[in-house]
Amino acid sequence: MKELRLMKGNEAFAEAVIRAGADGYFGYPITPQSEVMEYLMAQKTHERTGMVTLQAESEIAAINMVYGGAGCGKRVLTSSSSPGMSLKQEGISYIAGAELPCLLLNVVRGGPGLGTIQPSQSDYFQSTKGGGHGDYRLIVLAPSSVQEMADFAGLGFELAFKYRNPVLVLSDGAIGQMMEKVELDVQQPRFTDEEIRKNTPWATIGKTPDRDHNIITSLDLESIKMEQHNQKLQEKYRLIEENEVRYEKIGCEDAEYAFVAYGTSARICQKAIELARAEGIKVGLMRPITLFPFPKKILNDMTSRVKGILCVEMSAGQMIEDVKLAVEGRIKVEHFGRYGGIVHSPSEIVEALKKQIIGG
Amino acid sequence: MAEFKTNPEILQPENLVYKRTNLLTEKALSYCPGCGHGTAHRIIMEVIEEMGIQSETIGVAPVGCSVLAYEFMNIDIQQAAHGRAPAVATAIKRLFPEKFVFTYQGDGDLAAIGTAETIHACNRGENMTIFFINNGIYGMTGGQMAPTTLPGMKSSTSPYGRDIQTMGNPLKMTELVATLPGTIYVTRQAVHTPSAVRKAKRAVRKAFENQKLNKGLSFVEIVSNCNSGWKMNPLQSNEWMVENMFPFYPIGDIKVNEEK
Repeated sequence: MKELRLMKGNEAFAEAVIRAGADGYFGYPITPQSEVMEYLMAQKTHERTGMVTLQAESEIAAINMVYGGAGCGKRVLTSSSSPGMSLKQEGISYIAGAELPCLLLNVVRGGPGLGTIQPSQSDYFQSTKGGGHGDYRLIVLAPSSVQEMADFAGLGFELAFKYRNPVLVLSDGAIGQMMEKVELDVQQPRFTDEEIRKNTPWATIGKTPDRDHNIITSLDLESIKMEQHNQKLQEKYRLIEENEVRYEKIGCEDAEYAFVAYGTSARICQKAIELARAEGIKVGLMRPITLFPFPKKILNDMTSRVKGILCVEMSAGQMIEDVKLAVEGRIKVEHFGRYGGIVHSPSEIVEALKKQIIGG
Repeated sequence: MAEFKTNPEILQPENLVYKRTNLLTEKALSYCPGCGHGTAHRIIMEVIEEMGIQSETIGVAPVGCSVLAYEFMNIDIQQAAHGRAPAVATAIKRLFPEKFVFTYQGDGDLAAIGTAETIHACNRGENMTIFFINNGIYGMTGGQMAPTTLPGMKSSTSPYGRDIQTMGNPLKMTELVATLPGTIYVTRQAVHTPSAVRKAKRAVRKAFENQKLNKGLSFVEIVSNCNSGWKMNPLQSNEWMVENMFPFYPIGDIKVNEEK
């Protein structure tokens, strides 16, 4: 039976990963996401499900612990916030290159540099375009509620193992810190060694006489083989684009204009829609849930009905590049951003819509 | 070259006195002729075979000359990012406490870029083994100065010799980790003579046996030569190692904590 609780986003994520049957969490404290590890430690995960929770010496060590655990076919994860995620990028590139499944959480704060501890969406480029070195993609899920923080833990592991690819939950300081009611799934069992041997035959859990030794690596010194490996990765990313696009449309049925926003800014846009419609402006919201794969086709289809799109991001304009690519110049696309830890007010979004899209 | 003919009688099974371990693959080693890596690989794999723990062992290879160790070691093995092998191995051991887990790292990997991971894995007392091959130089990238390069020693990035005023002192990581409560067994060995190889193999065995006892981290340094990087022939490099490396990096046990 599902359980209803009032929780912080970070805590809901932590509780949900335990219930999803996670085997190991490896992290390093950073605001505004430290509640994830604090919650797991308080829960004594090792006693509760046998899950390992380990505080690493750095974000770099933590992501490489994830590499080690993922290479053994275990359900493992790490979480961090923007500066810490920058440190993890080398490890994430190795994990993507070695095609290992794992779950990552970034509770984004404003940058660049040490920036601020307040919420932001300025890690969109890093999250969706690679982040580390080499041609690779993460599957990126963008929660806009505490409920989705919980839901995307299980979904993230599922997609990670389905595609042997890291999955990133791209949250922000507002979603991570706020409290809402959340419905939690029932406890899933952790993988048994037999299941690991059967379902992830590539995992390094000890060479048995019935198979060759398993190797986890992202290296191939033969360029032709490395090109083939890259082609295989690209085919996988195209498959993910075909199968895994997720989005939500709100008030779009009669809309003449649309907001495109994810996470916290999508929530504020819902209030902005109420304000705008009270003034007779027919505006809706297209909320991408997956940022990679990006809902390109649905946006392109919308261009036959709406006259203009306002991208509302807590950044200087990052997702707007994907929106413009999807829209292919058919309608007007403008950006309205607040950043450095500032969150938009609904009324200023309505004003921006009037000024930049309707009147512009 | 004269044709060499083997007397078939010599090949009789009863005459077999030495056999290459099955835990080394058929792939030709990528190491320079004369380098100590091959012997270090061999004794580790022999110990795993002799203990009968191939199916329970997971290795972690570094970045450096031994980046391709996974090609040669016939066990399940992961290749780690530069310096991060102790972190990778930590997770493997924590998730599979009953398995035997080891890292195999060079001095650039372990004592420079991976210093933090090495110290913290040792300090946590992870119940695993670190093999540390110290040849005082970055071999794979072409002979640059390592943290372990001796004072005055020439390398491609210290072409006039290591000046400790501007380039710092060589780092004795093995002595350093011996001070940490999490290490149970810390030793420095070599593989340049038959007797050194036998002693080093005993140390490797002890390090793996320690994992059965669940007592903490075992750290085995092997001081080795890099004839290519040192610009010497193999014989000269071994003589140079004995004369110069051993006084600075003395061979023998540094910490044997039996009662812990």
